[in-house]
Amino acid sequence: MDLNKIFDSVSSIDGVELNPETNLIAVPSASLLAVADKFKNNINLEFDFLMCITALDNGDSKNFTIAYNFHSNKHNHSIEIRVSVADGEDVPSLSSIWKTADWHEREAFDMMGIKFTGHPELKRILLPEDWEGFPLRKNYEVADYYHGVPIPKDKSYWE
Amino acid sequence: MTSIVKSIIDSFQSFPIDPFLLAVLAILIPGIIIFLIMAVNALIAVYFERKVSAFMQDRLGPMEVGIFGFKGGKKFWGGIGQTFADAIKLLAKEDIIPNDADKFLMVLAPFIIFTGAFLTFIGLPMSDSLVISNFNIGIFYIIAMSSVGVIGIILAGWSSNNKWSLYGAMRAAAQMISYEIPIALSLILVVLVSGHLDIYGIVQWQSENRWFILHSPFAALGFVIYFVSVVAETNRTPFDIPEAESELVAGWMTEYSGFRWALFFLSEYANMLIVAFVASIVFLGGWLSPLQLIDLPFFDIPDSWMFLDGTIFGIFWLFIKAVILIFCMMWFRWTFPRLRVDQLMYVCWKIFIPFALANVILISIWELIF
Amino acid sequence: MDTALDKSIVNIDEMVLNMGPQHPSTHGVLRLKLHTDGEVVSKIEPIIGYLHRCFEKHCEYLSYEQIVPFTDRCDYLASMHMDHAYSIAVEKLLDIELPERVEYIRVIVAELQRIASHLVAIGTFGLDVGAITPFTWTIRDRERVLDLFEALCGARLLYNYIWPGGVSHDLSPKFIQRTHEFLDYFETQILEYNELLTGNKIFIERTADVGVMPADVAINFGVTGPSLRGSGVDYDLRKTQPYSIYDKFDFNVPVGEGTMGTIGDCWDRYWVRMVEMEESIKIIRQAMASLPNGDVHAAMPKKIRPAKGDVYSRYESARGDVGIFIQSNGKNVPLRLKMRSPAFCNLSVLSEIGEGWMISDVITILGSLDIVLGEIDR
Repeated sequence: MDLNKIFDSVSSIDGVELNPETNLIAVPSASLLAVADKFKNNINLEFDFLMCITALDNGDSKNFTIAYNFHSNKHNHSIEIRVSVADGEDVPSLSSIWKTADWHEREAFDMMGIKFTGHPELKRILLPEDWEGFPLRKNYEVADYYHGVPIPKDKSYWE
Repeated sequence: MTSIVKSIIDSFQSFPIDPFLLAVLAILIPGIIIFLIMAVNALIAVYFERKVSAFMQDRLGPMEVGIFGFKGGKKFWGGIGQTFADAIKLLAKEDIIPNDADKFLMVLAPFIIFTGAFLTFIGLPMSDSLVISNFNIGIFYIIAMSSVGVIGIILAGWSSNNKWSLYGAMRAAAQMISYEIPIALSLILVVLVSGHLDIYGIVQWQSENRWFILHSPFAALGFVIYFVSVVAETNRTPFDIPEAESELVAGWMTEYSGFRWALFFLSEYANMLIVAFVASIVFLGGWLSPLQLIDLPFFDIPDSWMFLDGTIFGIFWLFIKAVILIFCMMWFRWTFPRLRVDQLMYVCWKIFIPFALANVILISIWELIF
Repeated sequence: MDTALDKSIVNIDEMVLNMGPQHPSTHGVLRLKLHTDGEVVSKIEPIIGYLHRCFEKHCEYLSYEQIVPFTDRCDYLASMHMDHAYSIAVEKLLDIELPERVEYIRVIVAELQRIASHLVAIGTFGLDVGAITPFTWTIRDRERVLDLFEALCGARLLYNYIWPGGVSHDLSPKFIQRTHEFLDYFETQILEYNELLTGNKIFIERTADVGVMPADVAINFGVTGPSLRGSGVDYDLRKTQPYSIYDKFDFNVPVGEGTMGTIGDCWDRYWVRMVEMEESIKIIRQAMASLPNGDVHAAMPKKIRPAKGDVYSRYESARGDVGIFIQSNGKNVPLRLKMRSPAFCNLSVLSEIGEGWMISDVITILGSLDIVLGEIDR
């Protein structure tokens, strides 16, 4: 199905815009659940696969973008939407609609520090529970110690 | 049919020896003989298993370790000293007991299993006149003594203070105790037909009539049930749930190392040997030569035909039959996947036991008719 | 002696069992927390992260050419697929046209890799169920595939072969002939595996009707690849959205039908992998028959410096749908690279379909999902 037709199905929802250069649909985080609901249940769209949730840092670690990739098995079309959030702002979780979002959102929280409301158990997934900091942010500084073990900063003797 | 114990006592009768010392000798010498049998059996059986499994898996098995300078060449006998070396390594290994484990029980468990196998060998004859002690309740004694091993396994799993070992122990308890029933029911068949409980009487019956497996289709079915049940009794695949390698690491043996583990291993192979012996004696004619089968009533063969009979040949025939059965047990291990616990129990209680019971009834009817 | 007893063993209500990072059957460093009631598992909680190597953070400091060896190490059992997926994503960003020969070589190599990866999956699945012999046989045959790869690019496991814009080395003259020999030999071997596993009564009892994954549950959890096709969903990226030159080849996509039990059980997933190997053989033969000549380095850019933009490209690897998301800001180093690994979603479904089964079955189900921790943790 055509990108414009997909956008037409959700354009009625508040704040949803189509960026013509990048062919991406921008969705504010407040309308995310409404858009997701439409995607899942609308007969013409039927996006049953949530493929990937990617958290992107916009450069200064104060603004983030979350990219959601959807795919429909029945109609064989895909779409990507982008949600912009600021640091500290919460995003509604999609895990009640697609269970895929469960682990992907945990990873986005683990790596970028974006919190999702409504998630059953938002805790770190790839890093240990007591890690401090969010590694994929651009302003991430590696800590000096972890559990008393010094983390080497001088890499000259192996690089 | 003199037994070894009796013959020792008789042979020393002429010397003026203190009866107490005589008693000690009569106990010690058979004990050493049995221990030697078990140890040599473990050495040979482990090497045999490794070679058999290797050839079935399209590889060669142990090829490097020679013995006393004999390297064994490139084709087959390469690693003939492997088990010897492994045994020495295990004896010298550090003995680790986990901190929270129940020390006394953990040390006791391997000895209980070993004792069970040891005691069974006492009643098991090797040939016409080679038996440690000729019990007149032969079969009954053997069935009873082979049940002692279960206690050892449960103790081993419980005392390790390890949840995985506990799982192995509980599964072993359920499995080994359940499968003793089809074993006993199948062995009762021969007792029914021949009218003897002692082993010599059973083999005597077979030498007068025919091998028990050929007696009736129910006896053949009894043999199949018996053989599969002993594979379950000795915890071999497809019934090796208690020590399922891919699930429970090593099941109830996980926390054991060094000599204690070697004892477990020894007892497992000794158990295999015992059940193979019992199967050959009860169903396959024991130490009778198979060439005797040709002398069935409907063949006209002169009596001077050489049967290859006698005491020494008796040992040979018994061992050949036992080795073939052990080979079959090893063959099963490397061919089949393992059964799940509930499927195992299902097979025992809902398939084997009804068939074994029906067997008992039907074979008595057969006896009445024929 | 009371302090020596673990209280949770004495309490018979529920036992928390730790199938720890080191276990013979967890296919890598995966920790499963099982809440069991007797033998029946009431809750499974997979805990991952033991193999996390900061792949995505590294990619922000490495140039596009330097990232290729890193993608190898994500799914180390199917590293050609990882290289291929990444190269396709970068080529989409650069918008280059590849020579025909490169595409054909890539398809041959990718399908050989699929065979090798499925051999490991089948062998270890048999090992989990208890059949030890098929594992040695599948590994023996996989060695022959690895020999072919070694002759091709010098490496047995982590190839660094498929680069953006082409491949690193051209095929040697004897490669085609050796591959033909291997395929002829391998077709007879598949029959042997069928004898030992597929039709074996005990194997069927252990795997049929176990771990049934209904299609809608699978899709909701994002499961892709042979695990999804075992549930009856006909979804293969090579057919639905063909990339590279897959639309030129004639092959079938096996879909589980519940032959031995319910549709979507472990047997179906295992069987899909067996048939996929046969289909890969078909594709390789067709590709080798029509392999054109050419220079494999013709389209390789001197320096990879894509224009500003994003791309999300999808690829069908041995485990499922690999998604590579690259955000570029015009430099020769990506701004953000994310790899959506199929095993990540495949593992998350374990907590759903594994509950209510016994411990032995949990191992069977985990084996049938065919995960590789390298790509889950990256």
